Amino acid sequence: MSDPYQDNRGNKDASITNPHGRGTMSAGTASGERSRTQDAYLIGDSMTGGYGQGPDILHDCTIAVNKGEIAVIVGPNGAGKSTGMKAVFGMLNLRKGAVRLDGEDITALSPQDRVVKGMGFVPQTSNIFTSMTVEENLEMGAFIRRDDFRKTIEQVYELFPILGDKRRQAAGELSGGQRQQVAVGRALMTQPKVLMLDEPTAGVSPIVMDELFDRIIEVSRTGIPILMVEQNARQALEIADKGYVLVQGRNAHTGTGKELLADDEVRRSFLGG
Amino acid sequence: MDFLNALVALANFVIVPALAYGSQLALGALGVTLIYGILRFSNFAHGDTMAFGTMATILATWAMQSAGISFGVLPTALLALPIGIAATGLLLLGTDRLVYKFYRVKKAKPVIFVIASLGVMFVMNGIVRFIIGVDDQQFADGERFLITARDFRTMTGLEEGLAIKTTQVITVAVAIIVVAILFWFLNKTRTGKSMRAYSDNEDLALLSGINPERVVMYTWLIVGGLATIAGVLYGLDKSFKPFTYFQLLLPIFAAAIVGGLGSPVGAIAGGFVIAFAEVTITYPLKKLLGYLLPDSLAPDGLVQLLSTDYKFAVSFVILIIVLLFRPTGLFKGKSV
Amino acid sequence: MNMRAILLFTGVALLFVGTGIIQSWNVSLTILNMALISAIMALGVNMQWGYAGLFNVGIMGFVALGGLGAVLVSMPPNTEALAAGGLRIVAGLSLGAATVIGAILVFRKAGKWRGWAVAAVLFVGFFAYRAVMDPGVIAVEAVNPASSGNIGGLGLPVILAWPVGGLLAAGAAWIIGKTALGLRSDYLAIATLGIAEIVIAMLKNEDWLARGVKNVIGLPRPVPYEIDLQNSQSFIETVTEFGFDPVTASTITVKLAYAGIFAVVLIGLLWLAQAALASPWGRMMRAIRDNEVSAEAMGKDVTARHLQIFILGSAICGLAGAMMTTLDGQLTPGTYQPLRFTFLIWVMVIVGGSGNNFGSVLGGFLIWWLWVQVEPLGALLMEGITAGMADGTWLKGHLLDSVAHMRLLTMGLILLLVLRFSPRGLLPEK
Repeated sequence: MSDPYQDNRGNKDASITNPHGRGTMSAGTASGERSRTQDAYLIGDSMTGGYGQGPDILHDCTIAVNKGEIAVIVGPNGAGKSTGMKAVFGMLNLRKGAVRLDGEDITALSPQDRVVKGMGFVPQTSNIFTSMTVEENLEMGAFIRRDDFRKTIEQVYELFPILGDKRRQAAGELSGGQRQQVAVGRALMTQPKVLMLDEPTAGVSPIVMDELFDRIIEVSRTGIPILMVEQNARQALEIADKGYVLVQGRNAHTGTGKELLADDEVRRSFLGG
Repeated sequence: MDFLNALVALANFVIVPALAYGSQLALGALGVTLIYGILRFSNFAHGDTMAFGTMATILATWAMQSAGISFGVLPTALLALPIGIAATGLLLLGTDRLVYKFYRVKKAKPVIFVIASLGVMFVMNGIVRFIIGVDDQQFADGERFLITARDFRTMTGLEEGLAIKTTQVITVAVAIIVVAILFWFLNKTRTGKSMRAYSDNEDLALLSGINPERVVMYTWLIVGGLATIAGVLYGLDKSFKPFTYFQLLLPIFAAAIVGGLGSPVGAIAGGFVIAFAEVTITYPLKKLLGYLLPDSLAPDGLVQLLSTDYKFAVSFVILIIVLLFRPTGLFKGKSV
Repeated sequence: MNMRAILLFTGVALLFVGTGIIQSWNVSLTILNMALISAIMALGVNMQWGYAGLFNVGIMGFVALGGLGAVLVSMPPNTEALAAGGLRIVAGLSLGAATVIGAILVFRKAGKWRGWAVAAVLFVGFFAYRAVMDPGVIAVEAVNPASSGNIGGLGLPVILAWPVGGLLAAGAAWIIGKTALGLRSDYLAIATLGIAEIVIAMLKNEDWLARGVKNVIGLPRPVPYEIDLQNSQSFIETVTEFGFDPVTASTITVKLAYAGIFAVVLIGLLWLAQAALASPWGRMMRAIRDNEVSAEAMGKDVTARHLQIFILGSAICGLAGAMMTTLDGQLTPGTYQPLRFTFLIWVMVIVGGSGNNFGSVLGGFLIWWLWVQVEPLGALLMEGITAGMADGTWLKGHLLDSVAHMRLLTMGLILLLVLRFSPRGLLPEK
């Protein structure tokens, strides 16, 4: 074992160690040149990098979203979709490329600092505080705000009416779709300038999925640009202003959602005809 | 009348002492469970933290007594308590800075923290013995009894007396106040909620802008307060002896685990479960049965289920039973 | 064994030689004998923690059980007491065991009301056990209470008691492991912490067994008595020929004899432990430790392996406990304290190097030497500090009196420093 502090010799003694809720998140590093090939409101520009000391997963990959847009990252399994999203959020070691928000270079910032800068991020799993009530989840979302955020909570309840009904209930007791709404609501509490969703519909039924997409469109109508990773490529591209098809960590196809849906090659390879 | 006498005997020898002892265990277990929930390891140094806090309070009490300060009918130690809490809080923050922080930055596995806490346990134990020695210390002053057994007998005309020590009443009252404040803090304040959030999901807490170092700092301060209060109450009720405090580790851990590690409500419930079981099973039932049974059936022996020295066995057996039937404790799923 | 190990072992050997020259060889050998036993305990704990990540904080209990084994095997039987209550005690214990087994069977079989059924079995069984057992206990304890009042032992050679002590510890470990390792997650730490306290409580209370806090003294020895040597003409002739004082020579000879036997046991165990680690069994243990999930996927029964190694390690601690009681010549339940018998062993293992058998042995020697020598060294230090103070001041007296508590402080500091700056220990696992 390389790191003696990580060596617990397989101990899983629950009377002395608590595995629950322990953090795994680590901030990435930025090294090397920072190219500037194009401009957008939020852009991960020509990113190359991987996790820790591991091999590069992304290769010269560019992901961007403009104001008022929904941008969707799709692609086959293992294409680096979530990795691309994490790179934009600063959880990857970037060896090349840059991340800019509203023209400002934020490549060297930690994920927490990016939240302060106005990025809202909804992870794919463990994205709510299960033991806390819905309302407390939203309050925690607003932790960095020192102003009065009651109005924002009301806005979230307007967007997701079911959360208003269940505001006193523990978030862990809700259904899958409702939990995702809590997760998105929590991220909205900082009044982010841009919202990033990592597979928001993973593991929910088709009906719930449609409802979630509707909600996401509504969020987008409030003026927040949305960047999201999706498994369900067809439905996602249908609501997307911009789509990125990634293959093996590279941009394979880029275009508006309609263009990509119409593209024969994209249809053949990813959308099943 | 016999029934009333039996009730009074039960209250005198079981209920009142167990209530006081249970409150002390509950406060101790709350500290253990908070550390388990937020720092994610079982702190073996907790018994010695209690001993340190009590020692600091005793020293402050002596200083006050020699300066002629007293608290009337109440023990002076209650006045000295804030000083003890402050000293313990500082000690814990210093320990965190010197010992635990390093491993936190390294993101070390929880079991490494456990081993570090063994080292801290030795050091704290050494410090306490170094400063105050290993002997028994009595530091309770003020009025000793709220009701003496004799007063109670003349008052009610019953054969059986009920003695309530001032320290027992203080213990229960202080415990209720402390627990109320703690729960208010955890459930209603921004900082308290951020502690619960951090305990629930560290990554998401970071994404929400919660500063882990602040959470950890508040945790140690609260733990210092809880440990000192628990230790001082135990010392007032019985007496202060470093080794006894070290031995409290087992019933306190048992209480925290029986209640469900990481759950504050569970820690309190666990404390009372353990205390009542210990006191009931090691209490000689002779008197009680003597009142309740007809004379012909009155028992000859003490009818003590287990000798007092086996009180650890009682906590332990309860622990095993709970773990067999409910592996996550009585109050699972509710983290700090 | 690499260069580092040889250097470190030589260094520790020099500590003992230095003690022999500066203080006396008697002191040095006394420390060495206990260090040999400590090294064996550390070896047992290292098996559990180093090979399998099991966190045992009940070492004291296993050591004490080993000590009980030594008493039960080597003391002469107390026929009078056995006649008075032996049968009742045997019957009582059988009833107790039957109750527990019955409760487990009911627990496995019964359906809806099993909780109550188990409680009923235990309740009835407990009172039946007490009813049978108590008169027997009273009868045994009434026989000659000042000098015995217990059932005595088997009167066998004390060396035989060592494996028996190991077996007793292994039996207790089996019960604990079965309960604490079989649950959804392990609860071994709290289980061992509890059982150790219970074992000590039992030894203190059950006077019929080993006299409780009245202590059993005068255990037979595997080596000659000093007084016999001093009375032996040939011994006196031999030692005076080499120019030694017969009294000193006799004590040193006895200690050397102990050291010899202990060293043989330690080397044997160390060899076995190393061989086990290199065998397919050892490889499997390491595979489980490093990746439990994949080991499980390959069809290894992780819980059973953990139970196995927990029993093995505890048995070694029990063996060491029996050896220690033999060395002391007495069983004194009042002196068993967790800091000394559980947590100090942990310091040895961590400081020596988790997972490395040689490291544990080194840690055992080094830490035990320090544990004993910190007091005189501390006294020197304190005399230095207080030299400038006026005699009779409160602070001077207090500081000098407190030297005895320096060792706990030192042990904690050593553990913390090693964990921080050399987390793999002095001899890291390869």
